[in-house]
Amino acid sequence: MSSAGELPIRTEQDVVLARQAARQAAVACGLRLVDQTKLVTAASELARNAVVYGGGGAMHWRVVEDGMRRGLRLEFVDQGPGIADIEQALTDGWTSGAGMGLGLSGSRRLVDAFELDSAPGRGTRVAITKWA
Amino acid sequence: MERIPILQMGDVLLVTIQVDMHDQLALTLQDDLAERIRATSARGVLIEISALDIVDSFIGRMIATISALAAVMDARTGVVGMQPAVAITLVELGLNLTGVSTALDVERGMRLLRQAGAGVE
Amino acid sequence: MAALDPRTLTLIQSRQDAILDAWAAGFARAAQDGRASPLELDAQVRGFWQAFAAALGRADVSSLQGAEWDDTRHFLEDLSRDRVLKGFSAAETATFVFSLKRPLFDAVEQGLAADPQAMAAQLRVVSDLLDQLGLHTVKVFQKNREDVIKRQQEEMLELSTPVVKLWEGVLALPMIGTLDSQRTQVVMESLLQRIVETGSEIAIIDITGVPTVDTLVAQHLLKTVTAIRLMGADAIISGVRPQIAQTIVHLGLDLQGIVTKANLADALALALKRTGVTVAKAA
Repeated sequence: MSSAGELPIRTEQDVVLARQAARQAAVACGLRLVDQTKLVTAASELARNAVVYGGGGAMHWRVVEDGMRRGLRLEFVDQGPGIADIEQALTDGWTSGAGMGLGLSGSRRLVDAFELDSAPGRGTRVAITKWA
Repeated sequence: MERIPILQMGDVLLVTIQVDMHDQLALTLQDDLAERIRATSARGVLIEISALDIVDSFIGRMIATISALAAVMDARTGVVGMQPAVAITLVELGLNLTGVSTALDVERGMRLLRQAGAGVE
Repeated sequence: MAALDPRTLTLIQSRQDAILDAWAAGFARAAQDGRASPLELDAQVRGFWQAFAAALGRADVSSLQGAEWDDTRHFLEDLSRDRVLKGFSAAETATFVFSLKRPLFDAVEQGLAADPQAMAAQLRVVSDLLDQLGLHTVKVFQKNREDVIKRQQEEMLELSTPVVKLWEGVLALPMIGTLDSQRTQVVMESLLQRIVETGSEIAIIDITGVPTVDTLVAQHLLKTVTAIRLMGADAIISGVRPQIAQTIVHLGLDLQGIVTKANLADALALALKRTGVTVAKAA
C-alpha cells in the first residue's frame, strides 16, 4: 500500500474518482467507518469546489504520522480565481454559486485539521486531515 | 446515457440509488422524476439510499429539489434506508433535509406516505 | 550503501542449518513456559530466515527502507503482533532477532578468519543490520500493544453501555457515568447501528445514571437524536433530573421538539403508545 498519491480533478467524473480514492486511502489508514465517511464527504465537497469554482485542479493525499497516531491528509489545489473573502466563504449557507453553501464550512466540521489558503488571483489550496 | 431506474408501485414512485452518482446523473434523475410524477400523477416519491456510503451537499440538494418539485405536483417525498454513518455525517455537515420525511425502510416509507397524504392509496 | 561480503554470504548460505539450530537454541527458553510451541517457533524461525536470507544477498544492508526488505519487515510485523496477543514482552520479542547475532558472528569469523580487517568491518555491518531489525520489531510491538489497548477500551465502552430491546420496535440505551466526548460518540454510533439492524423506530436514551450534562454532552445528545430522526426513527430522552433540566434551560439549549421524560417508565409508556400498543392487566 502506498502512502501518498495524487489525481487530477477536472470533471465531475473526477469528483467520483476522488471520493473513491479518498475512501480507499482512509480504509488502508485504519480510520473507522464514521470517520471514513466524514472524510470522504469532505473530500467530495472540496473536489467539487475545485471543479465548479476553481476551474479544475488536483487532489494530493498522504498518510501522516504524529507520534504513534496515524492519519490521512488530503489537499485540494486549484488555480482558479481564489476566494476574496475567506470569512464569508467559511460561513454556513453562503454560496457564490448555486450550492447550499456548506462545502467549506461543512468540511471543516467533518475533519480534525483544516487549512485554507486562498486569495484572488492566487488560486485555492485546502488541506484536511483526519486521524485514525 | 445512463439513468437511474424509476419503479412505479401503485401511485408511488420508487428510486433505488445504488451507484456512486456523478453530478450529471443526479440532475438527470431529478428531471426524470419530475417527468414521471407528471406522467403518472404519482402521489408519492420514495428515494431508497441504503446503498449510499456518502451523501454530500450536492446529493442533499438533489433530494431537497426533488422534494420541492414533487410538492408542487402534490406529491410527498420520503427518503429511506439512510446508513448510520451517513446520518451522523449529515448532521455534522449541517445539512437540513426539511420537507423530506424519512423512514427506516421501503415498507415503512410507503406507510409514511400513505398516512400523510390524503387520498394516497 | 553497504553489502555483505560475498565470502560471508556464501558461508551463511552453506552453514544455514547450523546457524538456524544455534539461533533456535538461543531462545529456546521462551518455549518452555508454553506460550509458543516448539513447532510454532520452528515455523517462525524458518519463515524469518527465508525472507532474511533472500534479502541479504540483494539488499543494501545499511538501511531497512529498501523494497528488498519488505518481506522481512512484514514478517517481523506479523511476529510482533502475534507476540503482543500472546502476552510476550517487548524484550522477549526482540530477543527473537538479537539471538541471531551470535550464530551470524560465528559465520563471519569463520569465513573471514584470514582477513581480520574485512572480518571486523563485516561484523559491524551484521551487528548494525540486526540492531535495526530488532529495533523495528520493538517499535512495531509498541504500536500493536497500544492498538490492542485502544480496542479493549472501546469494547469496554460498548459493554458498559449496552443497547437493550425493551419491546418490538423500542430500544433503550441506559447511559451510566460521566460522558466524555469519545465515549458518547462510540456509544451513539452503536445505538444507530442497532436501530438499523432491529428496525426499531423508537430509541429511549436514558440518562438517569449521568451525574452532569455539560454543553458538549448536550450537543452530542442533540446531534444523535437528529441523526436518529434523519434515519427515520425517533428518540425520547428519559431520566432528565431537575438539575439537568435546569442546566439545559440555563445553557439555552434548544431541544428542537425532542420529548424528554423524567424516568424510563414514562418514556416506555409513551413509546408503547406511539407504537400502538396498549398494556392491560389480566382480569
